Amino acid sequence: MAAPASELTRKDFVSSQDVRWCPGCGDYSILANVQRVMPEFVDKKEDVVFISGIGCSSRFPYYMNTYGFHTIHGRAPSFATGIKASNPDLSVWVVTGDGDGLSIGGNHLLHSIRRNMDMQILLFNNKIYGLTKGQYSPTSNPGTRSKSSPQGSIDYPLDPISFALGAGATFVARTIDVDATHMQQTLRRAHAHKGTAFVEILQNCPVFNDGVWEDVQDRKQRVENSISLVQGEPLVFGTPGNLRGIVMEGGDPKVIDLDDEDDPVSKGVVVHDEHLESTAYAFALATLTRPECPLPVGVFREQRKATYEQMLEQQIEDATSAQGAGDLHALLHSGDTWTV
Amino acid sequence: MTSKKVEKRREVSIRFCGDSGDGMQLTGTKFTDETALAGNDLSTFPDFPAEIRAPAGTMAGVSGYQIHFASEQVYTPSDSPDVLVAFNPAAARANIGDLRPGATLIINVDAFNKKAYQRAGYTEDPLPDLRERFHLVEIPLTTLNREALSGLDLNQRAIDRCKNFFALGLLSWLYGRPMKSTERWLESKFKGDVLEANLRTLRAGWAFGETTELFPVSFQVPAAKIESGTYRNITGNQALAWGIVAAGQLMDRQIFFGAYPITPASEVLHEVSRHRNFGVKTFQAEDEIAAVSSSIGASFAGNLAVTVSSGPGIVLKQEALGLAVMVELPLVVINVQRSGPSTGSPTKTEQGDLFLALYGRHSESPMPVLAPSSAGDCFTTVLEAFRIAVKYMTPVMVLSDSYLANSSEPWKIPDVDTLPRAPIQFATADDSGNEGFQPYERDPETLARPWAIPGEAELEHRIGGLTKEPVTGNVVYDPVSHAEMMRLRGEKVDRVSADVPPVEVDGADSGDLLVLGWGSTLGAITAAVDEARKAGQMVSRAHIRHMNPLPSNLDEILGRFKHVLLPELNTGQLSMILRSRFLIDIQSLTKLAGQPFLVSEIRDAIDSILNNS
Ligand code: SF4
Repeated sequence: MAAPASELTRKDFVSSQDVRWCPGCGDYSILANVQRVMPEFVDKKEDVVFISGIGCSSRFPYYMNTYGFHTIHGRAPSFATGIKASNPDLSVWVVTGDGDGLSIGGNHLLHSIRRNMDMQILLFNNKIYGLTKGQYSPTSNPGTRSKSSPQGSIDYPLDPISFALGAGATFVARTIDVDATHMQQTLRRAHAHKGTAFVEILQNCPVFNDGVWEDVQDRKQRVENSISLVQGEPLVFGTPGNLRGIVMEGGDPKVIDLDDEDDPVSKGVVVHDEHLESTAYAFALATLTRPECPLPVGVFREQRKATYEQMLEQQIEDATSAQGAGDLHALLHSGDTWTV
Repeated sequence: MTSKKVEKRREVSIRFCGDSGDGMQLTGTKFTDETALAGNDLSTFPDFPAEIRAPAGTMAGVSGYQIHFASEQVYTPSDSPDVLVAFNPAAARANIGDLRPGATLIINVDAFNKKAYQRAGYTEDPLPDLRERFHLVEIPLTTLNREALSGLDLNQRAIDRCKNFFALGLLSWLYGRPMKSTERWLESKFKGDVLEANLRTLRAGWAFGETTELFPVSFQVPAAKIESGTYRNITGNQALAWGIVAAGQLMDRQIFFGAYPITPASEVLHEVSRHRNFGVKTFQAEDEIAAVSSSIGASFAGNLAVTVSSGPGIVLKQEALGLAVMVELPLVVINVQRSGPSTGSPTKTEQGDLFLALYGRHSESPMPVLAPSSAGDCFTTVLEAFRIAVKYMTPVMVLSDSYLANSSEPWKIPDVDTLPRAPIQFATADDSGNEGFQPYERDPETLARPWAIPGEAELEHRIGGLTKEPVTGNVVYDPVSHAEMMRLRGEKVDRVSADVPPVEVDGADSGDLLVLGWGSTLGAITAAVDEARKAGQMVSRAHIRHMNPLPSNLDEILGRFKHVLLPELNTGQLSMILRSRFLIDIQSLTKLAGQPFLVSEIRDAIDSILNNS
């Protein structure tokens, strides 16, 4: 556990606004965990900005006692881009959902990830539109019956992890609303990353899509249905007596059974590596689907790359040393002039 | 050789036209620079197709550049050029409709072969007819250029590409333009054989003028008597860009400029991007929505934010602009209008977006709107837009247009020391009272809310698009707060009118006719009114820069005239607003052709009103 960076406590990040999510909504625990880890990240809360779009998750900034901007549907990453570019010293957090971030705002999410600004993007995935009262979303399971799909949805769903990997994300992780310890660890990793950190948080919407993540939220089932990605550790899951591991066969991940005394590595079980040059491995992990395979949680990928704002500052510096500091009089008189 | 006769001319207008690949815009621009340095007043009108290279030799690919210069004041590029320089039959065919009978038509006769005139749509050789109707000067431009450049290590294509500079040299001789600026430009742009080729053909063009029988006289247009000062040539887009850079300097704050490429606004982004040494952050976004959203984000973070686009892009930005109105953050939005609807004619001009600027957002979403009236005025208007945006904490839209964007005029360079400096007052911890910081506490005079930026302690606050309670900014849904905030946002914008200069009438204070205008029509209106007065008519003129809120004395001024004529390049948008606001009968003159008004069109409207009254 990182030592607290400041005198701040969780309470300092709690705003005076009444939280207005439905009882039992997964957003509550996400909010609590974010408020709990923030004191580790900053010593001045005025340096923190939370930016959101529209949707249930996007109410988040109102409940954080930091600077906050509740913007318009799908555009939060663009507002965040302007904020971070203007003042790179700020700690910038985007909060979005599956509808906000992947449907109406898909373009902005894609491009903000690709630019690699140093910010955190938390995408709460409940596989449904909540605030508009229950329509299927781009991540809904095929056949989801909702108000707008009474016969079941016929869209193929989008996987947020693959989306982020495809956009060239330098940090991609997944965590679960109910797993406080894992979420805090993941948030720490996301914050420590220099560049855009994309975190999918599996979130339950008890009102419109209850139980959609039950097999990984329920403590007992989770052991069987999810696999925790840990750098340098083999991909093993399950409980003693029923351990299994992931091997790669011709590039495709496959589950094999393990005996308790087996050395998983010698059995060919893959050792997790976040830092591989190629995205192929991370994509392969993202395609693991239940019930045959477990759902990975943790950090899929981390890469170091220069951030957009660093390069922007550098270009301004370069331009200034090449052209000299801007001189308005000289600019207006540049090129051909004549005096009457 | 200099023994040729020189005649004086008061004014001349020339149009260069050819294929988009012939370098007509460049030729026109360089001739303009020379003309500016010769001390003439001038006005230009570049007119080019949206296609980068339409099929060579076709009417679709014709690109033109017109310049009007004089020893007195010039208001427009002129309705009808005195001289047309046509590089091929298509260019001639596309443009001779604008020529008076007997006008000078200089052609590259080498390009008038059968294949070429057929491609231009002529069924038979047009030369006999052209000789009949115009003073046709047939110059073997391609041949002369090749001769001038023989011996250079360049292929035929590269050599032929230089012929526009031969023409430029010839026209420079014909009107006594100094070629120094062009030579300097060539030297800065090219090296080696290419530089040599362009310089050589430019000078060969001049020498050809001196010797040829085709031009027995050359002309002199004496310098205009203009206000003393240092001048330069400027286009509207360049002036917008420099206005943006200047705003950052004068307000002592970093500029953030979010934009997405779009014709005819992209040059503003290009120009500002060259000046990062002013600490300007330009950001090419993934789309128009991200361009405005990132700019609003930058404004939230305390930068001076600006986004620039044209109609189709502005439409996409409108939702975010509604948010900017709601969260009351300063933002300058520049709309370089083009003709539509939809993709329309991207390079052609129109004033069709006034309603879009005023009413194009859902619900009641008021924002100040300004319109520059000349290329140089774009600079001043941008500074004014930033002033209002910051002082009143509001987005402000600037309505330029394609005509202003590309046309150029001599611009008296302002003295930087006399430009208004307006450092920004951000909120500080001292603004946080016992109740904590109140993000919607308003300045009693301007009704502006405080600008509190991240990084400042004790001012942490949340804003957003939801209805808010006055003063606290807390999210509420009660009808009283809703109505009160609606009223406050409207009144705040209305109060800007107390802070803008009154409209001034040019000419008599009252009378039979006032010609009222806004934006880029200033030149054509001024020229038409000028002509009318010279013909003995009593006509007054007024021009509006502040489109919203309107200047407070406008109502009263309009009431003093029996007739008000309002020319607009739309279907009468401002006319409709003024009629409903002031209940007066405005006579609307409209044009929707993608082209600016001709002076004669306004002149005719003046005549018909005065003759019938
Ligand atoms: S609708 Fe669903 S996601 Fe929205 S607040 Fe209620 S429970 Fe949470």
